Amino acid sequence: MSDGPRVALFVTCLVDLFRPSVGFAAVKLMQDAGCTVEVPEAQTCCGQPAYNSGDRKDTIAIARQVIAAFEGFDYVVAPSGSCAGMISKHYPELLANDPDWAERATVLGGRTHELISFLTDVLEIKAVDAAFAGTVTYHDSCSGLRELGIHAQPRALLDGVEGLHLRELEDANVCCGFGGTFCVKYPDISNNMVANKMEKILATGAETLLAGDMGCLMNMAGKLQRDGANVRVRHVAEVLAGMGDEPAIGEPQKSEG
Amino acid sequence: MSTSSTVHSTSRNFKNNARDQLANEDLQAALNKARGHFVDGRTTARDNLPEFDALRGQARDIKDHTLEHLDFYLEAYEEKVRESGGHVHWARTAADAQRIVLDICRSVGAKQVNKGKSMIGEEIEINKALEADGIRPIETDLGEYIIQLRGELPSHIIAPAVHLTKAQVETSFRENHTELDPDRVLEEPISLLDEARTILRKKYFEAEVGITGANLLIAETGSSIIVTNEGNGDLSQLIPKVHIVLASLEKIVPTLEDAATILRVLARSATGQEFSSYTTLSTGPKRAEDPDGPEQYHVVLLDNGRTDMIGTEFEEMLRCIRCGACMNHCPVYQSVGGHAYGWVYPGPMGSVLSPGLIGVDEAGHLPNASTFCGRCEEVCPMHIPLPKMMRHWREREFESHLSPGSARVGLGVWAFFARRPRLYQLATGLQMRMLARMGRKRGRLSSLPLAGGWTKYRELPAPQGRTFQSRWRSGERVR
Ligand code: SF4
Repeated sequence: MSDGPRVALFVTCLVDLFRPSVGFAAVKLMQDAGCTVEVPEAQTCCGQPAYNSGDRKDTIAIARQVIAAFEGFDYVVAPSGSCAGMISKHYPELLANDPDWAERATVLGGRTHELISFLTDVLEIKAVDAAFAGTVTYHDSCSGLRELGIHAQPRALLDGVEGLHLRELEDANVCCGFGGTFCVKYPDISNNMVANKMEKILATGAETLLAGDMGCLMNMAGKLQRDGANVRVRHVAEVLAGMGDEPAIGEPQKSEG
Repeated sequence: MSTSSTVHSTSRNFKNNARDQLANEDLQAALNKARGHFVDGRTTARDNLPEFDALRGQARDIKDHTLEHLDFYLEAYEEKVRESGGHVHWARTAADAQRIVLDICRSVGAKQVNKGKSMIGEEIEINKALEADGIRPIETDLGEYIIQLRGELPSHIIAPAVHLTKAQVETSFRENHTELDPDRVLEEPISLLDEARTILRKKYFEAEVGITGANLLIAETGSSIIVTNEGNGDLSQLIPKVHIVLASLEKIVPTLEDAATILRVLARSATGQEFSSYTTLSTGPKRAEDPDGPEQYHVVLLDNGRTDMIGTEFEEMLRCIRCGACMNHCPVYQSVGGHAYGWVYPGPMGSVLSPGLIGVDEAGHLPNASTFCGRCEEVCPMHIPLPKMMRHWREREFESHLSPGSARVGLGVWAFFARRPRLYQLATGLQMRMLARMGRKRGRLSSLPLAGGWTKYRELPAPQGRTFQSRWRSGERVR
């Protein structure tokens, strides 16, 4: 046991279901920084699918469930700007008029962070011990960028990864077209957005695309693969944790998990 | 929220509209060309003015204060307009506004009306009403003139013809200006502009009535302000006998000083200019000592559902100054263009305002067609929380059971599990293992029942195998 902070990992539904390696990468990064990491059992999803569909009632029920499960820790950390933003910015708003929950939501919100900015801004990590050979480019996911101000943090840590060369993506701050249920409700528009994104990604000539949110990553990986582009797609945490040799998103596994 | 029987919208067809526009090569070329111009222009203008963000805060506060005391400032404004010899007409609905304008036109026997750019004119469909009454409306703003020739509606609130390429404009001019030399060269934008100017110059002197919009109304002085880059607004309002200002009532601000603050963020946000080329103030009709000006000055103040938004979660929308920055930066607008939205106001501001003005049953698609990327709110000079208000429309839709049944059922099943962690983990664990097995060879799936929206254009990355939670619970740790 370290005497560092006790951190609850909010693994996020997409990492939990599709890419557990990001969860293990998050655990490693935080443990290396001296944290004790736990994974509370009562976690499913932060509630965004309901919230963004206008279903306030279910969202509030899920928010209360998350608060109850996570409020006993020093910090709550999610490997996603979108889910961290949901807990830190939107829960307090949703429950602002609920006398039993408003305070609890605000306190939890204040303790909740996105993984990479947690490492740099809270734990004040300057560099990670990792190597990754190759040229990468980085997409700024919308919620992380605009709700949480995450822009410099991943770049600062990537800068210290041995062998990694970052080539900036033009329009890195423009949405990739994922948008949760948006991409299945309005597939034609979403496709146009991700096609524009793909064009900029290919223009960098990078072999690998990184970002900090599974939704965006799956969207961009799915499009790049459908159109036969030879770019590998990974969550930034995997590279920072030295786990960049996992098969990339949408690539066959070495053996069944 | 009120609905007006006079409006014609195709917002219900948003999905089909969008599909058509995505396939429209001219539109896509035109949008690509305009996008960089607007985005870079605003960025440079912002960077060149260190107090830009402070001004945004002031502009927001001015409007919030005004909205809080709206009746007071509107009455003060009306009083000042009357003192300066003008008239204020209150129009509750679009139909009221049409009737008021027609009555004024008839009273002077108008045959032709010259128009400066006015989104309220579009909202109340004034051209149709005038034409039905045998009065010829002539648009004098270049963009409006072009789309009038083509029988189209504006696709952007400050650049009405932004959806057209230069070649399309050239074709329209050749088809319409048949009195001119067919062999003339019209390749450069400037030659198109010169040609429009020559044609319009003559028309300025033929109209009995000039109609303009208003960017701001000033309670302190009873003045209205328009900003333009072509000076067409000045000629439209100064030469005819009668000047009618069409404005919605939230355009009011208390003082000239307040107007100056808002103007400092308006052009910078809109086109990246420090100031528009022309900023024109009008206060009442021509006075005895004035060399020129209209004999009559009328203001039509339109409500059309706006006061119903006060005190609701949509009130902040009434701060909007119609700069267009939100649509210039919106990836959805930039994909489908303004016509897809199906009514007067496109882009993020339209996605919030239109359901308020024509009903969420009519315009419900618009607030749904957003990824909530937040860029609109980021650039809005008035700090309007557009994504938050789009979500509120979705809530209204959901509550009134307007959202599609299939989506509700899917969401209901999902929420049932999301609220029961153990069941959720059991169910998703099984699903993921199955998906992982299906995608084991290729690492991805190209089609999947019920996931057609996703796999129409993308592969679905296969899960790695067991879920994180089940691996963690069975004791797996970082190597
Ligand atoms: S919502 Fe904001 S950005 Fe959009 S037009 Fe209105 S003021 Fe401009």
